[in-house]
Amino acid sequence: MSSFSTDPAASPLSGEPQDAAGGFRKRFAPALMAGPATLLFATLVLTPLLLTLLLSFNEYDHATGRTHGFTLSHYAEVLTDGYYLEIFLRTFRVAALATAICAIIGVPEALILSRMRNPWRSVFLLVVLAPLLVSVVVRAFGWSMLLGPDGVVNMILQAVGIGRTRLLYTEGTVVVALVHVMLPFMVIPVWTSLQKLDPAVEQAALSFGASRPTTMVRVIAPQILPGILSGSLIVFGLSASAFAIPGLLGGRRLKMVATVVYDQYLGELNWPLGATVAVILLVANLIVMLTYHHVVEGQYRKRMG
Amino acid sequence: MSFLTLRNVTKRYGSFEAVGNVTLSVDKGEFVSLLGPSGCGKTTTLQMIAGFVDVTSGTIELDGRDITRTKPNSRGLGIVFQSYALFPHMTVYDNVSFGLEMKRVAKAERAALVEEALALVHLDKYAKRYPRELSGGQRQRVALARAIVIRPPVLLLDEPLSNLDAKLREAMQFELRDIQRKVGTTTIMVTHDQAEAFSISDRVVVMEAGRITQIDQPYRIYEHPETEFISRFVGKTNMLPGTVATVADGHAAVSLAGVPVEVPADGLSAGEAVVLCIRPEKLRLTAPGQGRIAGRVTDRFFLGSQWLYHLDGPLGTVMAVTANDGDAPLEQGAPVGIDWPASVVRVHRGVLSAAPALEELE
Repeated sequence: MSSFSTDPAASPLSGEPQDAAGGFRKRFAPALMAGPATLLFATLVLTPLLLTLLLSFNEYDHATGRTHGFTLSHYAEVLTDGYYLEIFLRTFRVAALATAICAIIGVPEALILSRMRNPWRSVFLLVVLAPLLVSVVVRAFGWSMLLGPDGVVNMILQAVGIGRTRLLYTEGTVVVALVHVMLPFMVIPVWTSLQKLDPAVEQAALSFGASRPTTMVRVIAPQILPGILSGSLIVFGLSASAFAIPGLLGGRRLKMVATVVYDQYLGELNWPLGATVAVILLVANLIVMLTYHHVVEGQYRKRMG
Repeated sequence: MSFLTLRNVTKRYGSFEAVGNVTLSVDKGEFVSLLGPSGCGKTTTLQMIAGFVDVTSGTIELDGRDITRTKPNSRGLGIVFQSYALFPHMTVYDNVSFGLEMKRVAKAERAALVEEALALVHLDKYAKRYPRELSGGQRQRVALARAIVIRPPVLLLDEPLSNLDAKLREAMQFELRDIQRKVGTTTIMVTHDQAEAFSISDRVVVMEAGRITQIDQPYRIYEHPETEFISRFVGKTNMLPGTVATVADGHAAVSLAGVPVEVPADGLSAGEAVVLCIRPEKLRLTAPGQGRIAGRVTDRFFLGSQWLYHLDGPLGTVMAVTANDGDAPLEQGAPVGIDWPASVVRVHRGVLSAAPALEELE
């Protein structure tokens, strides 16, 4: 036995650190390995967030801009003003709607995709992912060209006799464009959880006399719930903080939270107020997502562990 | 009276014929195994009976009714999948109850039936558990309970024991047979394990490259394999190539590297190439100088209840298995005589084909 332990390669097997250096390495190796990522995360995410938080407590003066005093007045303003409340409600309504539509379209899309055979599967997967390769701004302009007063859709509406309709700068348009942009983020997680499904489980349900819809609802849907859950969280989070789509398709008229932040920073030059709105959006978003996650995941965990 | 009948059932994928002209009648209450190496079409055949794979041509009849084109969810068969395919998000109880629910059995009656089925597989205490909380053997039994609770006309088992370890597999074999006898369900099992097929089946269907090569009782297949492939696939065997030297009044003398062996003539003619098959356990080891041929022990393997010897002799290396009677075994290099009764020799016509690759025999 002792002749083996002199071999340093054998020491990890013994379970106990052989010397001080080994113990040190063992204790700090995980921290060291996680170090670079932690550093990157801290610099690029936490620092700006912290600065934004600090900024939101600063005082604002019309003549001089941001001053360095401490105040909670911005929070009071945002939380009590009906104007901001409406914008927050609109933002979450649009995000929730976009998430629901993404789920309704994305889940069947992933199901169909998972049933395809190669090469079609690869081709259509690429089609699903293709929108991600085009800039959001370009896609938003695409929509505004389609839906504008002289766009293709209005031309068709006119030809059919419905007449010219205002499509741009409406909530509906923003939702449609958000769905277009966010759909891959729903399809991919659902598709991944479908890949993990044992095809025999579906056959088993069928063999016991279940119809296809029953199999879908009772057997397949509960198993891909985690995929739908993570897809929804991604889509909701990205939609609620989306800037380019509401900015370009909602315009000045239809404000959403991200565009308000932009306006406060660059239009009103009221940085502390912009920072306050941003912080409240982050917190509200977190609350909504964590609650949703808790409810759905709790349901799932009870059964799947 | 045949209960389940397959008539010339064929499945083609493009130009590839996965299953060709399978004709099989299964009686009510019978336990039939489809045995063959992987890729022989046994699973495809089972899937066609289940309805998961379309039949290219031929018909499948169940109790006088043509079910060839019936959808799988209206065939009402009980299936145990190789992966068990339990519903992971349902408890053991709900898993077993699922089929009854689909048949719209009343709740009270359902509870009684589920409990009965769970008791049959000794899982009555596990009704509230989820599949992930069970061991492999327990999952296997849930799958079995789930399949038999609906009282299916036919029970289909797709490699039901292949995911269990050796000891559990053996125990489950007997339990499976026991349960099948109690319930009396007509059962078709797919397996690549000949021991499994032999120990619990009434009849075994040997398949090779999409075709049935022999349908018989297990011991008949072992003792009278109809092809050289079967004798090689089923158990161990000594394959000895030779030529028919003379044929006279019902007997033929086959020359095996100069050693004459007498076999039944059975339509053989002089000069024909044949392969003689002798099972290792049919060879008797005698004192040196006695027996039909002389040999020398080159290797010996202890199998617990038996000894397996490799013997060098005029016929090349042959395998012999003797019961472990408690005495000391033969030493390596020891000379022995090799003898066998004339009745144990099986004759296959033709020359010896190359030994199949190991994975083919898996």
